[in-house]
Amino acid sequence: MNKLRRRLLIAAGLVGGALVVGGYFFYRERDRLRLPEGLVASPGESWLTGWLRIGADGTVTVAVPRQEMGQGISTALPMLVAEELDCDPASLRYEQAPVDPLYANATMIADGVPFRPDDHGWLARLARHSQYKVGELLGVQATGGSTSVRDGWEVMRQAGAAARSMLVAAAAARWNVSAAECRTGPGLVRHVASDRSLSYGELVAEAARQPIPRRPALKDPAQYRLIGTALPRLDVPAKTEGSAQFGVDVRVPGLRYAALAQCPVFGGVLKRVDAARAKAMPGVQAVVELAATSTSAAAVAVVADGWWRAQSALAALEIEWHEGPHAALDTAAQRAMYADLLTQGEARAYESVGNAPLELAAAKQVVQARYEVPYLAHAAMEPINCTALVDKGRCTIWVGSQSPTLVQWLAAGAAGVGRDAVTVHTPYLGGGFGRRFEMDVVVQAAAIARRLPGTPVQLLWSREEDLQHDAYRPMALSQLRCALDAQGGIHAWHHRIVSQSCTGGLTARLLPAAASDLMKDKTSAEGAFDLPYAMPHRLVEHVLVHQPVPVGFWRSVGHSYNAFFVECFLDEAAQAAKRDPYELRRALLAQSPRHLRVLETAAQKAGWGSPLPPRNGRGIALAESFHSIVAQVAEVEVSADGALRVKRVVCAIDCGKAVNPDIVAAQMESGIVFGLTAALHGEITLKGGRVEQGNFPSYDMVRMADCPKIEVHIVESGWEHLGGVGEPGTPPIAPAVANAVFAATGQRLRKLPIRLA
Amino acid sequence: MARLTVNGTDYDVPLEETTPLLWALRDALELTGTKFGCGIAACGACTVLVDGQATRACVMPLAAVEGKPIHTIEGAAARKPWLAVREAWIAEQVPQCGYCQPGMVMATLALLESNPAPTDADIDAAITNICRCGTYPRIRKAIHRAAAGLARGAR
Repeated sequence: MNKLRRRLLIAAGLVGGALVVGGYFFYRERDRLRLPEGLVASPGESWLTGWLRIGADGTVTVAVPRQEMGQGISTALPMLVAEELDCDPASLRYEQAPVDPLYANATMIADGVPFRPDDHGWLARLARHSQYKVGELLGVQATGGSTSVRDGWEVMRQAGAAARSMLVAAAAARWNVSAAECRTGPGLVRHVASDRSLSYGELVAEAARQPIPRRPALKDPAQYRLIGTALPRLDVPAKTEGSAQFGVDVRVPGLRYAALAQCPVFGGVLKRVDAARAKAMPGVQAVVELAATSTSAAAVAVVADGWWRAQSALAALEIEWHEGPHAALDTAAQRAMYADLLTQGEARAYESVGNAPLELAAAKQVVQARYEVPYLAHAAMEPINCTALVDKGRCTIWVGSQSPTLVQWLAAGAAGVGRDAVTVHTPYLGGGFGRRFEMDVVVQAAAIARRLPGTPVQLLWSREEDLQHDAYRPMALSQLRCALDAQGGIHAWHHRIVSQSCTGGLTARLLPAAASDLMKDKTSAEGAFDLPYAMPHRLVEHVLVHQPVPVGFWRSVGHSYNAFFVECFLDEAAQAAKRDPYELRRALLAQSPRHLRVLETAAQKAGWGSPLPPRNGRGIALAESFHSIVAQVAEVEVSADGALRVKRVVCAIDCGKAVNPDIVAAQMESGIVFGLTAALHGEITLKGGRVEQGNFPSYDMVRMADCPKIEVHIVESGWEHLGGVGEPGTPPIAPAVANAVFAATGQRLRKLPIRLA
Repeated sequence: MARLTVNGTDYDVPLEETTPLLWALRDALELTGTKFGCGIAACGACTVLVDGQATRACVMPLAAVEGKPIHTIEGAAARKPWLAVREAWIAEQVPQCGYCQPGMVMATLALLESNPAPTDADIDAAITNICRCGTYPRIRKAIHRAAAGLARGAR
């Protein structure tokens, strides 16, 4: 056999093998109801599937696979289980599921493919399915992308239905009757003919010995009694009484506390530290140098018997940094560079329909504008922290994280142990907003604990460290052009955006081997390339730029800036066409009934078109994100001395159907206030390679006195349109307010945060 | 060493008298309901009652509070408006992430103790804490609801 032939045969064998293995994973259905290893139960409790256990007293504890960070997921997902289980909602409890691939979020990975949400063509479906399978193989538990209910919708209901059928089977066996003769009521199984009943608590031990059905029958949604109701949140009493435990509240025997100073310049390294004075201070136990990693910045940490003593000792350290190659980085220079890239950079098309450049060149009336937004910090109320213990080849981590799986992976490396030797506990997150996908503090805490074997250490960043070492919402610059048609519609649309890539940044920090610019990052252009508006010629492009400033996921990610660009520019188009901005949007959405209903609901409830006092104005904006459609109308007043007050916001959302309408409303309120803070105050700037803002006075927040009245209207379209709610409230608020300011004053706002002339 | 009276109990805390009260509560007494948010009295997450006054514990040295009655969220039940506030917070489903809520609740208790029927303007002036989840509209409703509950209780 000649060499070439042998090589060809080997290659063919490899490809064939890959296809078989790939095909197996591609078509294989995961057993999503299995019991993972290591589940714990108290005496009398039994697990029925890997998603819930029931106690002898009938208490139902649901293993929630996503992290509770305020979005209400610790109530919404147990509701799905309880509906099918037929249990009394008062018996519901929840706990965070342990780390196991069973609980992976494949939906979030599948959502990353750069296709329009309304694209159901074969390529889009294939890409989504492939990505979903990649997500299953990765097995990463992640809370983000507003995916938790969508990802849990099928499996959590199935778990409830499977458990119910196991309980029925156990009762039928005990009574020696057919399961078909049994009914379930809240928390019990009844045999109607003989008027007998047994509670779930009495049955659970026998039910656990029944086989888990693979495909239990699910209720017809018309029969729902719990899903769709405003069940009070399970976490509200503990959060009101102050007993809810956050990562920063972890207290274990022998705990020591660490504070740290990170190199203020991005990319700098430690040159020298003199710790003699700090080490002599009361309570100080150790000073630990932390080298920069792909995940975390260079730092020096002090470990003491209390955090205040550790923090105070930091000031006594004499630290010298090598500031590195980025010590001259500043915002003004970045803006100039981005402006150059906007015209000369290499752009990648995210959407190209018709021939927009040609049509624009030939058009009589072209509207054109440039928009920009700054870097933003997350500033979650709970400062960044992680508690770690490394002892006898094992590592235990307590951290409020959006991805306990990544915590396990990254902590293993930093602690020098295998992944299987890492136990992750996830208390409540005091706000996530994307920041708690970052693993910097986990790597640092594990590295500190590794130097102090047997001593649990809680590393807590100061607020200044948080604001100056975030993975920021990227700064972005944008140019939009559109051509109007004779009827005042939009004939051609060209949008070009310059920014860093959030997904690229996160991948480089967490899994550097997987980092690559080959794949287009959907998040960079989301909310720009996937618009619902009817515009026959469209070109939407993105120019990818690399900067030493870390960027990451910030509530609604690319939508947070693209909605501002698009929705403000649409108002400019309406002005040029001498049309009402609401009427222009209605015309562009004439073929999109769901969007139209959301837009009209917001406008009608806000009294669009009704007279307002002088210096008052209304603005409207619509954005589809994370499979939900949201429209908002903001009503503002600009006083004679230029003070802006947002008085009222009316919000309409179509998230398909609401599992819990009060939680949906709360998430809209939350997203609006979050986006309003960014619109009115949010700006992170750089000078000398370091962030200029330090704490809340220089990075301010909307507070009670500035918070508008908010009304939320839920527009239901059906369970088949299920969408997320954690993020979609944020994108429309900045453009709605900016458009309202224009209506009130005639001043066009093309840059955030809003600064009035 | 400082002697503190927290939630009706006396403690000897082995810390420098310049230590902010927040860290004595959280690290020495392990009363972790009071939260750290900014360290410069800008966010209110650390609000406790000192002599019944809403006080930001992150900048309050131990020397300044020795001998004064201190109440934290763990001892909120000892304050008169507590039950009305708790009921209102649950009825309005106020908390989201929940981190700022102990500070919000303590600030509200102080407000209602001095002003049992606050107006919107009173609430704006008294509740200056930061909530990153944006629970402000629900806090406002809950304060009005608690005030109404107190008024009913007083009749």
